[in-house]
Amino acid sequence: MNETFTGKDNTDSVLETGKTVGLDTAMEAPLIRLIDIHKTYKMGDEEVHANDGITLDIARGEFVAIVGKSGSGKSTLMNIIGALDVPTSGSYILNGIDTGRMSDDKLAEVRNKMIGFVFQQYNLLPKLSVLENVELPLMYQGVKEKERRERALEQLQKVGLGDKANNLPKQLSGGQQQRVSIARALVGRPSLILADEPTGALDSKTSKEVLGFIRQLNAEGNTVIMITHDPSIAMNAKRIVNIIDGKVTFDGSTEEYAEL
Amino acid sequence: MQSFKMAIRSIASNKLRSFLTMLGIIIGVASVIILVSLVTGYMNSMINSFNDMGVDQIDVTVTNTPSRSLEPEDMYAFYEEHRDEFRAMTPSVSMSAKIKSGDSTLNYTNIGGYSEDYLSMKGYKLAAGRNISYADLAGSRNTALLGYYPAWYMFGSPKAAVNQKIKLNGSIFTVVGVVERQDQEMLTEGGADDFLWMPYTSAAKLNQQRKIDSYIMAVRDTDKAAECTTLIEDYLQDIFKSSDLFFVYANSSMLKELNNMIKQMSLMLGGIAGISLLVAGIGVMNIMLVSVTERTREIGIRKALGAKQRAILTQFIIEAAVTSTIGGLIGIGVGAVFTAAISSFVGFKATPTFGAVLISFSVSVGVGLLFGYMPAKRAAKLNPIDALRSE
Repeated sequence: MNETFTGKDNTDSVLETGKTVGLDTAMEAPLIRLIDIHKTYKMGDEEVHANDGITLDIARGEFVAIVGKSGSGKSTLMNIIGALDVPTSGSYILNGIDTGRMSDDKLAEVRNKMIGFVFQQYNLLPKLSVLENVELPLMYQGVKEKERRERALEQLQKVGLGDKANNLPKQLSGGQQQRVSIARALVGRPSLILADEPTGALDSKTSKEVLGFIRQLNAEGNTVIMITHDPSIAMNAKRIVNIIDGKVTFDGSTEEYAEL
Repeated sequence: MQSFKMAIRSIASNKLRSFLTMLGIIIGVASVIILVSLVTGYMNSMINSFNDMGVDQIDVTVTNTPSRSLEPEDMYAFYEEHRDEFRAMTPSVSMSAKIKSGDSTLNYTNIGGYSEDYLSMKGYKLAAGRNISYADLAGSRNTALLGYYPAWYMFGSPKAAVNQKIKLNGSIFTVVGVVERQDQEMLTEGGADDFLWMPYTSAAKLNQQRKIDSYIMAVRDTDKAAECTTLIEDYLQDIFKSSDLFFVYANSSMLKELNNMIKQMSLMLGGIAGISLLVAGIGVMNIMLVSVTERTREIGIRKALGAKQRAILTQFIIEAAVTSTIGGLIGIGVGAVFTAAISSFVGFKATPTFGAVLISFSVSVGVGLLFGYMPAKRAAKLNPIDALRSE
């Protein structure tokens, strides 16, 4: 089973292969397939196993929360799922493509076209306007300026910030900035929304708003993975994966998790 | 296009720092332009005054001995044989004398005896009267052609000078003509217009000189002056059998030396100024490195959103290039203004040379690119995870 999916030849034309495989196997193959993922860091003489044999499938349309304390290895896992990092061993197959041995630039292309990031700190570029921030992923996709502008504006209107397009990020509230970053995550029509502690910097009221927003995205058919240390936030998801010491200790529905 | 907009915005967002970065380049480019232009201007003014002395002239001096001697007829025969190389020639007899007319005396007038061809050889025109004639030469007549200065000084105007009598060391000469004014700016004793020409035969007689020992030849092509010099030397060698007895000197050889000197001076001064460009480049690199460090998070975000290494590399290189290009353009402006300002009070004409502008500008942009590359490469290679984590 390993071998059938580690298509190492696919790395040349990420998008094309990604799309075809994605379409052909949409019904049977999961969107994300993590197979025995190990990630080791060297800290001096000591080897730290941040991820110690994680195997996980996530299907299209799921809303999964990955929960773990700080140091559990959830951030390492997020980096691998987000194609920001590659595993030391094991395979990560996204949309039918093995990202395990990809170059820096290929990973960038995967991130650009398949993943929409929502960060804890929003990570908006302070000197660009709200609209230009949302345009960024499209710019790196090579979309023409006019279309870029239209799509970014459309996305901003969806998150209710169409009137703030020409403002600078700092002129917006925290909740609004996070909505901008959600618009930016969506604008490239990614296969996966990856939210890293999306409410970490927000007060509880705004957190609720943003979480409601993310749930709605999932309801509209987007696959969402949310990383959080807070089990109560995780309860917003439909499925919860708990990580302790780099291993999956729980993987089940929110209801099952609640019963623990 | 997008990258240029981004670069300009980034430069504009930190005006003081961008300006200080550019300042190095501005000073570098401006000083290259100013130094090279001034040197070139000064040397050109020297060449101009040199051209007045006749760059196409070859001076021939011989030492006649009882057994071996050169007559003007011999020299003319040689000249006739080589009309393809030589445009004109004249025997030359120099002398020193005071010129007197009535109460006025001239002490420093440049006096010489030449043939009737000397006027056309110098390319001068007459202001009044006539040139020295062959008849004057053949008869060793005491006739004189005046420069503008003695005519003006002693008689008030060229016209008034014609047919006047003057005294040279006691001998009376008749002024037959006056040459047009040469130096439009200055009219002084000993200047370009203070001269008197007479038939060389008359001059030899006045000097009590039996033989002519000096000639001036004008070549058709200044570039071939060296070959022509050799031609004359070979001819004289046949006659005198010893190179100690004659001396041939082409004025253009001095011009060549001058030109070489200009090139060397320009290169040297330009090089010194060029070092400031190099220093400016290091300034660009320094600022770009700071900029990369400061913007690590921005780079991380861009990479997370899908920017490839080349996109980041291009962004930072373009920023460095735009900075140094703007600096270079301002430097050209500053250099041109200063060159014009300086040349207006040093007394010679200096304009920014195309070469200096082109070289200093391309060096400044090149330096910006070169020194911008390293920081840009560092930015492009940043690991997005580390970059995102930085504050």
